[in-house]
Amino acid sequence: MSVEAAPRPVGVDIQENEENRAVVEAIEADNDDLTVRHMPGIIRLTKSGQLVINQASIEERLGRPWETHEFQMAMISYFGEFVEWDDDRIVIAWKH
Amino acid sequence: MTVPTQKPARKLSMQQRYSALTHDLDWDPTYVTEEEIYPYTTFEGIKVHDWSKWEDPFRLTVEAYNKYQAEKDRRLYAVLDGFAQSQGQLGLTEARYMNAMKIFLQGIPSGEYQAHRNFSHLARYFNGPGARFASLCQSLDELRHAQTEVHTLSHYNKFFGGMHDWSRMSDRVWYLSVPKSFFDDAGTAGPFEWLIAIGFSFEYLLTNLLFVPFMSGAAFNGDLPTMTFGFSAQSDESRHMTLGLEGIKFMLEQDEDNLPIVQAWLDKWFWRGYRLISLVAGMMDYMLPKRVMSWKEAFELYFEEQMLNGLFKDLEYYGIKPPRHVQWAIDEKEILSHQVYWVLYQYSHAAAFTTTIPDAEDQAWLEEAYPDTWPVFKSVVWDKAQRVVDSGERYFNPGLPQLCQVCQIPMGFTEPGNPLVQCQRHSIYEGERYDFCSDGCQWIFDREPEKYVQAWLPVHQIYQGNCGGPTLPDVAVWYGLEPGDGGEYIGSMDHQDWLAWHAPTIKEG
Ligand SMILES: [Fe+2]
Ligand SMILES: [Fe+2]
Repeated sequence: MSVEAAPRPVGVDIQENEENRAVVEAIEADNDDLTVRHMPGIIRLTKSGQLVINQASIEERLGRPWETHEFQMAMISYFGEFVEWDDDRIVIAWKH
Repeated sequence: MTVPTQKPARKLSMQQRYSALTHDLDWDPTYVTEEEIYPYTTFEGIKVHDWSKWEDPFRLTVEAYNKYQAEKDRRLYAVLDGFAQSQGQLGLTEARYMNAMKIFLQGIPSGEYQAHRNFSHLARYFNGPGARFASLCQSLDELRHAQTEVHTLSHYNKFFGGMHDWSRMSDRVWYLSVPKSFFDDAGTAGPFEWLIAIGFSFEYLLTNLLFVPFMSGAAFNGDLPTMTFGFSAQSDESRHMTLGLEGIKFMLEQDEDNLPIVQAWLDKWFWRGYRLISLVAGMMDYMLPKRVMSWKEAFELYFEEQMLNGLFKDLEYYGIKPPRHVQWAIDEKEILSHQVYWVLYQYSHAAAFTTTIPDAEDQAWLEEAYPDTWPVFKSVVWDKAQRVVDSGERYFNPGLPQLCQVCQIPMGFTEPGNPLVQCQRHSIYEGERYDFCSDGCQWIFDREPEKYVQAWLPVHQIYQGNCGGPTLPDVAVWYGLEPGDGGEYIGSMDHQDWLAWHAPTIKEG
């Protein structure tokens, strides 16, 4: 599935803790031009167009199986729309 | 024990599991009509042609839902235990921080419970299985939020005032009628309006402003339980935002006749929600000893940038325009928190929290965050309040404030562009005059006057003799306030206890 993304920023706020370090690192590796902002307890990742979260990249860093449902444990908030949420990846973008 | 001879079937994909366990469990009724089973989804005028088009992007099933919610609770309760065992309350920045948590406890869990009830209504009465299942998950989430909020803050109740009777207070106390009437208003609307009110306007548009900076603020002020609870709740919130967004898009995609109805609800509920969270503005800028960001900055980040420049560009596709009174909210961002906190300051003798004049450190922060408006506010309001304190007194407003008929906040907001002139609007309905804080609240009233004339306004109720008696002490008893719960922070019971706990010598007991 290819996603036609409008070039407006989308983003996700992630709880900053040890578990989520691998998630954040994977997102950083898989998304060019990511903006990262730190607030107490929170890491905010924003990017123009679309933001992709890949299962394989996270599993590689965690060293254990990770199902995409698990992203719900990490995420505090987001903006944009979940245009895809499958076994292997999650994509946030604006549809229009 | 039997040994399986066949290879197990390949695991279903997420999409297949979701379909099999939600949509495919639905059936078409044969011996009753659809209208008999789902009687509430037509009277609001929303036209739906195909309920199967409603899909949950999370593709959540009962099994996955239970698994992750259980894990969230497990993590939260581990933190609560550790905090209690280590006497974590001693590590807060200051006791006055707790005032923000008192308002939170008094105002929010009952709102969560209302949300639980109304989403369970949707979970039963929406025609489509996708919409019902997502509503069911949210209904359970909201119950979890109510319970975990109360549980999280119960530890502090052992050490601080004002937290002992939150459910009674949320029903009775003047400032708590603001959240209560908000949820009453939404809950007495139809299911689609509820979804636009709470799911979309509140959850998607506005809760980031409420929760994210606030929970980050909890982290910054040493309040580990609230931070953990808040992030735990917010992780559900992402699903709730999605339900709201799915809901509005579903209505807009189903029939173009739905557009004007949805737009009017959006206009109404943006303003209702925005006025409600103005309380948060006051808490964020004035009640946290250490702040993460100002209301103004949060508003710019979480509302103007994400919503106006992101979401509303997307909704333009369907013909949706930004909320009717959004410019008013933008214009207010520099003054909102000053005005709200000043109201809380003058009336805190009748409240279950305390307030105080911003100290030197606070003032330096306010000056930096609000270079254009803080100096004016300081000289008009706080310098005077300080002179009263210097003379050995403390200013409390001796009268009762007039409340806005719609948002129920005391009339303390000002005219756009003129922060020194109080804004007052009124409408006449059936020969009676009703007053409002803003164009937004007046517009809401004028659309449905027959609804808002029924408002339970705390000040009117006191004057009508329905709140325990004619004097302030009578009302305070009826509210469930105990001596020391309200008033000035400096010298209050919480303040004295705090100083004693942190005194350099340990008393022998
Ligand atoms: Fe909630
Ligand atoms: Fe109002």
